[in-house]
Amino acid sequence: MNIAIASGKGGTGKTTLSTNLASFLAQNQKVVLTDLDVEEPNSGLFLKCELVHKEDKYKMIPEWNDSACTLCGNCQQVCNYHAVIQIMDSIMVFPELCHSCYACSELCPTGSLPMIAKKMGELKHSTTKDFDFIESRLVIGEEQAVPLIKQTLQYVDQKFDNNHIKIFDSPPGTSCPVIEATKDADYVILITEPTPFGLNDVILAIETMKELGKEFGVVINRYGIGNDDIIDYCKKENISILAKIPNDKRIAETYSKGELLYDKFPEVKSELEKISNHIITLKNKML
Amino acid sequence: MKEIVIISGKGGTGKTSITASLAVLGGEDVVVADCDVDAADMHILLQPQNLKSEDFYSGELAVIDQDICTQCGQCFDVCRFDAIEVTDGIHKVDELSCEGCGYCARVCPVEAITNIPLNVGKWHISKTRFNQSMVHAKLGIGADNSGKLVAQVKNAAKEIATQNNSKYILVDGSPGVGCPVVSSLSGAHFVVLVTEPTVSGLHDLKRVYELVNKFHIPAGCIINKADLNMAIVDEIIDFLKEENIVHLANMPYDEDFTRAMTDCKTIVELEGSVLKEKMINIWSDIEQIIK
Repeated sequence: MNIAIASGKGGTGKTTLSTNLASFLAQNQKVVLTDLDVEEPNSGLFLKCELVHKEDKYKMIPEWNDSACTLCGNCQQVCNYHAVIQIMDSIMVFPELCHSCYACSELCPTGSLPMIAKKMGELKHSTTKDFDFIESRLVIGEEQAVPLIKQTLQYVDQKFDNNHIKIFDSPPGTSCPVIEATKDADYVILITEPTPFGLNDVILAIETMKELGKEFGVVINRYGIGNDDIIDYCKKENISILAKIPNDKRIAETYSKGELLYDKFPEVKSELEKISNHIITLKNKML
Repeated sequence: MKEIVIISGKGGTGKTSITASLAVLGGEDVVVADCDVDAADMHILLQPQNLKSEDFYSGELAVIDQDICTQCGQCFDVCRFDAIEVTDGIHKVDELSCEGCGYCARVCPVEAITNIPLNVGKWHISKTRFNQSMVHAKLGIGADNSGKLVAQVKNAAKEIATQNNSKYILVDGSPGVGCPVVSSLSGAHFVVLVTEPTVSGLHDLKRVYELVNKFHIPAGCIINKADLNMAIVDEIIDFLKEENIVHLANMPYDEDFTRAMTDCKTIVELEGSVLKEKMINIWSDIEQIIK
């Protein structure tokens, strides 16, 4: 089963929850954790793991071959992303704008724009003591996260069967990378903090999940700061609050060092237990 | 006119609270541009009064006219985004997967496919409660092209700044290193990196700075929540020295920071707070640097 952890606002605890939950569940479940925040992947910083496999990930882009090109201008005309442009008597390709749709290449009457592979990122497969961990990171300067997220999901899908609880640490926001990371999820956990920013952004995330038709629940992190507006909101909207992780400077300090929390803070462990019970119930229902 | 972009790589480091405070300190010399169009929060602190709103169209969506379609499947064959779904022999477009490349429409032998322009959000020109112009936006749910909306917000802010002869544009960027961030960096004169001394804060700072460096933009750094981990603060400072990034300030871990936000206020409105002092110094340093 696929569990995505998302948030709307950045820095609310997605990675904290993903790493702690994966590790906690792995004590008696088959678990794989995947970091899909390919722009800024952080989960690996909190895990002691050993690399078992690494591969470069590519996207396909057209490359101009001038030998047969008649400069008919068709490629420029068919590219909706302005990634192929004719300047004087040459064709320029802007790889960062290209969506790899193949239209310019396959519709070129002289075959002058063959598609070539360009590295966009790197996937790493590691193992921790109890579970597998997959992470992809985007090459700096590469603008599109979606193709790399897509390929990472395919890798996980091929390697791990559905007996695994697959946890996906998603990117922040509500735009295309988040959609890609959550669209195959059986359940989405939205983590937020009880502040006006947290509330504003989790409402955007909730609307997104409703639009996608996803089943979801909310976890409140740093509970105790801010106000109770998020609780009132969830009550009114009939959204279940799965857990409340308390606000505590010692927790933030432990996090800062890259350490997991639940073995040091019983109040975190008891909240993780609630989430984990919820997931196991869902999993049993699915079988 | 100088453009200052505030980014962080990692989310939740205090970027928006800091940007809003700099905006308050800059007063009417400043035009504010909230370019975190995915999860815009600046309006919560600056409570702008809306003057003008416009729909934002970007990209296209393929639509199949079933009255014309012969279900030949050529669209399915060329689509690289698995956006053509076939159920009971009927070809349909999966709106979430379609990237609007238009390839399907070009190969359709009976011209059953049209591309319609997509409304992906709204952008606004407003006046903040500090009487500054502010440009902000809201990206539609799951929309693509956030980079283009960022460019739109920035261009509108630039126009206003030129008209009003404003000294600064303050741009609040989004987390990450992808298209909206790249778009927010274009044309910037100075970048303020807001980080925190955590393993992830440092990791993300290094990645986002690699991007800033590609554009050769001078940068300064604020280490927020500094007393969380002094060892990592030292590591960050070493990194800043190595890369010639100005170390603007360390801000303490202080729950007043969150308290101000909960009251929908900027941290410079907290009377007698050490955070306010810090922000005043940071702003005057930035003004000196970019003069």
